[in-house]
Amino acid sequence: MRATDRSRLADILGRNEDAILSEWMRHQLAAGTLRPDLMKEDALRNESRRFLGFFRQGLERDGGDPRGPAWQEARDALDQISTTRARLGYSPSETATFVFSLKQPLFDRLRDEFRDDPETLTKELWGLNVILDHLGLRTTETYQKAREDVIRRQQQDLMELSTPVVQLWDGILALPLIGTLDSERTQVVMESLLNRIVETGASIAIIDITGVPTVDTLVAQHLLKTVAAARLMGADCIISGIRPQIAQTIVHLGVDLADVITKATLADAFAIALRRAKLAVTPQVVS
Amino acid sequence: MERIPILKMGDCLLVTIQVDMHDRLAMTLQEDLTEKIAHTRARGVLIDISALEMVDSFIGRMLSFIASMARVLDARTVVVGMRPAVAITLVELGLPLTGVHTALNVEKGMELIRADDQGAVNGRRQA
Repeated sequence: MRATDRSRLADILGRNEDAILSEWMRHQLAAGTLRPDLMKEDALRNESRRFLGFFRQGLERDGGDPRGPAWQEARDALDQISTTRARLGYSPSETATFVFSLKQPLFDRLRDEFRDDPETLTKELWGLNVILDHLGLRTTETYQKAREDVIRRQQQDLMELSTPVVQLWDGILALPLIGTLDSERTQVVMESLLNRIVETGASIAIIDITGVPTVDTLVAQHLLKTVAAARLMGADCIISGIRPQIAQTIVHLGVDLADVITKATLADAFAIALRRAKLAVTPQVVS
Repeated sequence: MERIPILKMGDCLLVTIQVDMHDRLAMTLQEDLTEKIAHTRARGVLIDISALEMVDSFIGRMLSFIASMARVLDARTVVVGMRPAVAITLVELGLPLTGVHTALNVEKGMELIRADDQGAVNGRRQA
């Protein structure tokens, strides 16, 4: 019984595919989900046509359950569309409207078809509603997943970008820290610093915290750990870029930085490092 | 029984740990080394742990102890060639080996001992 119902809808869809497609396009355009800055009308039409094809296939093969294997292609196509839109910068509702705007044209068709049979009409409408709602929710879910992927990747990039170890001179490394130091980042910072010490054979490392917004006990502890690890590798650390407010905070928190050389600016720290390495910078004498 | 060789180089002792340190071996090393320092009147001890891939708290503490004992016998201990992973582990274990001198490699460790020796002419090291 249900199967024949479904195939009836598929039948209607098959007969009026082009008309439904153009109506659907009209609705999408009216709803403002086409972002002319992001996607051309042609591209949207192609996308819609492809999805409508899969949608009909799903209806033909297995009616009412959009979670079944018959709907695999439709779901895949939808996932792809949502993911692409998430990356392009569509909003979630703009993405979901793609599916929801299909309701109106299909409902209209059903109404025309079953004008004399309210019972079948209601049943058909309900079935269609369930399918489209499910697919609509799916777009949002996929959209969110794609966005989360983007965020995760950016976090990763940020983590790697924000821990550069630069060589200032033979045997002198600098580690300009930017952003908050949490345990995960400290681990990355520590590893990259220690590896660079091995690579370059450096004996002095300057940790510059000008870009660290706040220093609390945890951050201080992470810094001290990094200093201790570098010392175990035979490199001395100098902490530089301590702003006045941070100096006040450190003392008020009772953090003990007595074992570490601290300097207000990177320049001061570099001067110390040069002196330790028995090097000197002298002004050029112009004759 | 397995032993870690202790080589004499001038007035320095060189210990290269090439095998995985287990507790018993560490104890033996401690005994051998103190005896050797006293016997040869060595000024410096270089412990090369560049082949050591793993440390636990016991080995970390043993290194600390050995350094302190050598200090009592008036020899300076320098631990050289620690791997980054080992350094991180020791710090995470809360054993930053305070009081132990460290250097990146044997060469730098040797320099450290020499510099220290020269600097201490007026200290208690003067014979």
